[in-house]
Amino acid sequence: MITLMLTDPFMQRALLAALLVGVTAPVVGTYLVQRKLSLLGDGIGHVALTGVALGWLVGVGAGLTPNDALAVPGAVVAAVVGSVLIEVVRRRGRTSGDLALAIMFYGGIAGGVLLIGIAGGSAGNLMQYLFGSISTVSDADLWLTVVLSAVVLAVGVGLRHALFSVSHDEEFAVASGLPVWALNVVVAVVSALTVTVAMRVVGLLLVSALMIVPVAVAQQVTHAFGRTMLTASVVGVVVCVSGLTITYWNNVSPGATIVVLAIAVYAVVSLVAPLLTRGRPAHDPHPDLPDDVDLPAAASERAAAAAKECR
Amino acid sequence: MSDHLTDAVVEARGLHFRAGASHILRGVDLTVRRGEVVALLGANGSGKSTLVKSLVGINTPTQGEARLLGAAVGSGVDWSRVGYVPQRSGAGGGIPSTAGEVVASGLLHGRRLRLPRGWRERVAAALDQVGLGDRGGDPVHLLSGGQQQRILIARALVREPDLLILDEPVAGVDVASQEAFAATMRRLVDDGLTVLVVLHELGELEALVTRAVVLGHGKVVHDGAPPRPRDDHDRAGHRHQHPHADDDNTLGEQARALDLEVRP
Repeated sequence: MITLMLTDPFMQRALLAALLVGVTAPVVGTYLVQRKLSLLGDGIGHVALTGVALGWLVGVGAGLTPNDALAVPGAVVAAVVGSVLIEVVRRRGRTSGDLALAIMFYGGIAGGVLLIGIAGGSAGNLMQYLFGSISTVSDADLWLTVVLSAVVLAVGVGLRHALFSVSHDEEFAVASGLPVWALNVVVAVVSALTVTVAMRVVGLLLVSALMIVPVAVAQQVTHAFGRTMLTASVVGVVVCVSGLTITYWNNVSPGATIVVLAIAVYAVVSLVAPLLTRGRPAHDPHPDLPDDVDLPAAASERAAAAAKECR
Repeated sequence: MSDHLTDAVVEARGLHFRAGASHILRGVDLTVRRGEVVALLGANGSGKSTLVKSLVGINTPTQGEARLLGAAVGSGVDWSRVGYVPQRSGAGGGIPSTAGEVVASGLLHGRRLRLPRGWRERVAAALDQVGLGDRGGDPVHLLSGGQQQRILIARALVREPDLLILDEPVAGVDVASQEAFAATMRRLVDDGLTVLVVLHELGELEALVTRAVVLGHGKVVHDGAPPRPRDDHDRAGHRHQHPHADDDNTLGEQARALDLEVRP
């Protein structure tokens, strides 16, 4: 049965896409969780929808077949532009930024629905992008996914120490002369690329889950940044590939299955993790340090000892 | 570089900093020369941290100029020679990180975005310097406050700077750790380190400090010998972490007039 699945060309493409998304999404998600921007992926996803519709509009205008040939490139462009805008807004100040982000999210959805109507389609055409349609991954889509994943991994893993520094303590990074603004934009762009890569697999509405939930799982079992990223990627690959495998035999949505699976893993790990750490002995972090305060009890003890010595 | 000519490693000329309606720095001039250990003193809200943040580029002064190692603060500075220790940082994001990971981030500066060869050994050496050699794998958020402060010092020391800028490095640190910190600083200063340190009181570092600059309401109100603590320092209930100064009372009257007391 496994060989049947593995020899199916549709399934081969789908599995490869799921594998790539499973690795890349948690890598980027680790930086987003580190910066407490867990919902950034959602925001970019909304903006990407406008890009999908825009690509569709241009495709129809240029008479391309199929109509949505430019949908994915359109999503890439819109997501990158949107994520850089979000970073600009974030830099200018938090209070107005929150509001501006919200407006951008709603504008993304509304713009998408509006443009797809103008292009002669219906909101229904957007469904495959909102919820994913991994079974319709074409060779061209797959190549784009491979290239974008490679870029995301090269940046996300290759620059991990610099990106960690900026995400961990931005002020210190500034005081070290690091190109903080450029690195922030790099994180934003890489997030945008990840969203568009994952769009075909889990859909724009669930992209963020694939970036964040594996990180949440990893966080329960490790206390190091590097190891969190690695563990999250492993979790990402496992849930993506096994989720997709389930849908090969059962007629359910791949995106939803993958996300539900990830959340199930999170639930199980959060129940089991405390049991694993319970066995470790508690230790005094400063066994060798003297106390700073002179306690009356200690003083009377010393007095008693001195008295004993005198005798 | 001009710092070879002037010997000034830190230079501020007419620095002003405004944040909204408050005018925090009102024309600060400051020079730190090679080999000096300068203490930056002043009451809460006098602008000490703001000044230091302007010197390292975190704050952009609204007026005036700051120079480090002869170059205007920015990409022209040789950041590999500058170490900065922030006041205990609330930084650290949503993911726990180990002491070693945090210290390693100190090895990145300027255009260096990847860790250099042999970084593990350098991180271990920096942790050793602050007495936390066996804590490299521990998550930072589980360390005590004093240990976290020492991690921040190790992060600045790991790049082996010529100039160290510290913002209240020993606030809330127990006496034993303060002594260990002072001993480390003594060793580094003997090796030629230049230090600008924000302090609330001179404490264990008193013997090291060659000059004190006191800020009051965003202006330099004293620049010279370290001021003597106010005379009522031995009043009942006052706790202090420093030995009493000798009877050298050259600054006494002036210091009192300027309210140079160092409150606990």
